Amino acid sequence: MGKRNTARDVTGGILSLGLAGLYIWFLSSFRPSGIYFLMAGAVFLICQYIVFSVFALGKPGHGLGVLLIFLAVATAVLFVGKWWWWPEGISSFAPELDAQFTRTLVVVAVAFIGAQVALGYVVMRYGSRGKERAVYSHGNTKLEVTWTLITAVIFIGTAILGQRVWAQLHLNEAPEGAEKIEVVAQQFQWNFHYSGADKTFGRTEARFINDSSLNYVGLDPADAQGNDDTQVSTLAIPVDRPVELTLKSKDVIHSFFAPALRFKQDAVPGLNIKVHFTAQKVGKYEVTCAELCGQLHYNMKTFMLVLPQNQYEELAAMKEEAFKERLGELLKEYKLPEEQKRANEEQTQTN
Amino acid sequence: MAETVPEIHGGVHRHEPPKRWIRRYVFSTDHKVIGIQYWFLALFSVFVGMALSLLMRLQLGWPGEQFGFLKTLFPNAAANGTISPEFYLSLVTMHGTIMVFFVLTTAPQGGFGNYFLPIQIGAADMAFPVLNMLSFWVTFLALAVMILAFFANMIDPDAAIGVLGPIGGWTGYAPLSAIGESAGPGQGTGVVLWVTSIALFCIASLLGALNFITTMLNLRTKGMSLARLPLTCWAWFTTAVLALLSFPVLLAAGILLLLDHLAGTSFFIPANLYIKDNVLTEHAGGSPILWQHLFWYFGHPEVYIAILPGMGLTSHILSTFARKPVFGYRVMIYAIFAIGLLGFFVWGHHMFQSGMDPRTAVAFSLITLSIGVPSAIKTFNWIGTLWGARIRFTTPMLFAVGFVSLFVSGGITGLFLGQTSVDIPLHDTYFVVGHFHLIMGVAAIFGIFAGTYFWFSKMFGKRINETMGKVHFWLTFIGVNAIFIPFHVMGMQGAPRRYSTHGNLEYLGGMAPLTKFISYAAFVTIGAQLIFLVNLIWSMTRGPKETEENPWEATTLEWTVPSPPPHDNFAGHEPVVHRGPYEFSVPNAANDFCKQTDPEPAAGD
Repeated sequence: MGKRNTARDVTGGILSLGLAGLYIWFLSSFRPSGIYFLMAGAVFLICQYIVFSVFALGKPGHGLGVLLIFLAVATAVLFVGKWWWWPEGISSFAPELDAQFTRTLVVVAVAFIGAQVALGYVVMRYGSRGKERAVYSHGNTKLEVTWTLITAVIFIGTAILGQRVWAQLHLNEAPEGAEKIEVVAQQFQWNFHYSGADKTFGRTEARFINDSSLNYVGLDPADAQGNDDTQVSTLAIPVDRPVELTLKSKDVIHSFFAPALRFKQDAVPGLNIKVHFTAQKVGKYEVTCAELCGQLHYNMKTFMLVLPQNQYEELAAMKEEAFKERLGELLKEYKLPEEQKRANEEQTQTN
Repeated sequence: MAETVPEIHGGVHRHEPPKRWIRRYVFSTDHKVIGIQYWFLALFSVFVGMALSLLMRLQLGWPGEQFGFLKTLFPNAAANGTISPEFYLSLVTMHGTIMVFFVLTTAPQGGFGNYFLPIQIGAADMAFPVLNMLSFWVTFLALAVMILAFFANMIDPDAAIGVLGPIGGWTGYAPLSAIGESAGPGQGTGVVLWVTSIALFCIASLLGALNFITTMLNLRTKGMSLARLPLTCWAWFTTAVLALLSFPVLLAAGILLLLDHLAGTSFFIPANLYIKDNVLTEHAGGSPILWQHLFWYFGHPEVYIAILPGMGLTSHILSTFARKPVFGYRVMIYAIFAIGLLGFFVWGHHMFQSGMDPRTAVAFSLITLSIGVPSAIKTFNWIGTLWGARIRFTTPMLFAVGFVSLFVSGGITGLFLGQTSVDIPLHDTYFVVGHFHLIMGVAAIFGIFAGTYFWFSKMFGKRINETMGKVHFWLTFIGVNAIFIPFHVMGMQGAPRRYSTHGNLEYLGGMAPLTKFISYAAFVTIGAQLIFLVNLIWSMTRGPKETEENPWEATTLEWTVPSPPPHDNFAGHEPVVHRGPYEFSVPNAANDFCKQTDPEPAAGD
């Protein structure tokens, strides 16, 4: 314990009272209940202890150690509490991807909390004590080899497990009979090109692109196979059937990001990137752009409708006019999961 | 030992500093002056970069809200008091570029490396003093051009809509960055100046890297064998090797991008782009992915260029204030080498979703996670160094412990991002932003803070105020965790980066309280940096004079010379080194530290 120091005592006192004020303000303005009330209390006590060890005991190491351990636990709570989490995964590979995410989270949590707590412990435990000397040691080879091998096995093992979903998605061709749709990205809009009843895409070329006459993808008017093709700005796909998208871009790099699918792929000008997936739940979902593409990048969003197969077949066989009209109706009919949730909550409230 | 140093010692002449002011303080070839010049350049840049982040946090915390003062400051870019989407993107771009190049690359290497590498190895100066001067002034020019880029629209007669810099993030992906004004605001003069600045910076870094490598290999004093070098020197050396091998690639990429932009070549522009109702027929055969390969071939080693000096410094400071030798000194050197070497083979993990061959992604992923191993070794050994220690909690020590904690928090999430599959949803979200801010941003900056508090009295001859330093530490350490850990949670919800608002995405509903919280935490943290600034100014002008050579009771050579050291560092005297750099708490020694220059005790002593 160091010599008493008035300035230090006064500062510590002010800080301690300030924390108490903050705590009372928090309780009175948010009125937390149950677990949140307890959590706020715990945080308050820990903060008071940190101030106490730094200012009253004159042991900054204690304060720092407690802070490190507290940060580790608070971070873990933030992740485990799942207040903010992925939207529900609806693709066939989402469960496996989420499982790998969780496996990694466990490995990371153990390593993270272990390291922070160990650091907190040594900082608390080994503060200087008068003239007493530290242990004179240059290391321990056996210990080093052991922990190096353990981390190597765990990290590389995790990496290998992480390749499974990747291989399924990117190292395999799309299954036979996958529904083919072309995606043509442009600043700041998504275009989806359907092949129509003949299931054959009309020829497209840059020189035929004309945004003002709504030929966004550049269909060649001379190609008869393109007569029944449709270009729309909303993606509609069938449920429980593999879909193969061919991603293209007209101008700069964009990235097709559908969080509910757990899927993302850049659309690169000059490349036709083929990707495939299967959606397993009917509904309306959001698609947004994940690669900086210019001024209105943040606003380059659209919807993806996952439709029952018969509804989809009906739509896909339609001519452009009818297709667009029907798609507009379906867009109104289906609700985003979040809108659905809000509607349900209002329902229960009125009941 | 005699207190006064003779004018001539062993035939070595004492060098006097140049008489003329401009040669002494401006166009100086003295590595110490150049080090301080770099340090001030980084200090200026970090406050500019931070001011930009303040504006971004205002927009993100309160999207759409109108602030009167923004309207006054930026009558065009925030015409109705709200930051426009394109202005936000240009803030992102300038913040990233200034922080990465002019702060994280300059302060730890150009600043501390320049000042202390020659002293720590017992040399009178760098191997090529004139080259050293040139490398600083080219960096200075690069910064001037970069600042100019922010005002590009004001000098460009075609645009002229007020403050608006380049738009492209610090990565400047082609073809957006290659096709000019037709791709949107900020893509004309802004991008040209941005690339020019980066190209100049590359040249400066190359000159610096050559100098560091030569100096460390050739100018070590008597007895300073490689195995007796402080870990800071090993870190600066490895960083210089990384810079030497990676900056030329970025330089080449930058020149190609400039040619695409100005001379109509097609290195990164494929045929038949359709932009603003026009087909660009004059280009053919370019590859947008090539830019990414070249950029990240530099960009990933760059992460280590930013963090390695901080790692060396952390080892150095932990050992000094733990009063204990570094745990596993040799392994620490091997780990730095391993990180540096592997760092060249992992650039593809930035490009899993880019459209490159998915099979190569598997290889990049495995090598990436292997880097976790030497990184974990560093962490283990830092904790090992503190085990059984007698820690003195000085301000530099607090920041060094903070560095270890942030290095763990920031590094460990690489385990998610380095996996091909887990990266699919996380790529380009706030998870990535949180990850690299903790590791290459904040951890590296904690290294810079630690170095500043540790060496301030040696560099400026005045003591820095410890109380203000400690307040600065506590607020900053809590603040950065409160800012960047929640970034990861936003990323897990799927929040894309480089969006001026997420308000139009329903799946991100409920995120608003979190973004507000982060903004408040950012304001407090930024406020704490003003304490640092006040402390620097106050200590430099009013601070007590440093009268001691070795106030921390440390062991390396910079603590055997006055504060600040004379022009030629050792006043014509050549130090002789007798032992390793971290001999603390040696049993039976008179003190708990044995300086590297202390003579061996005579037999029977």
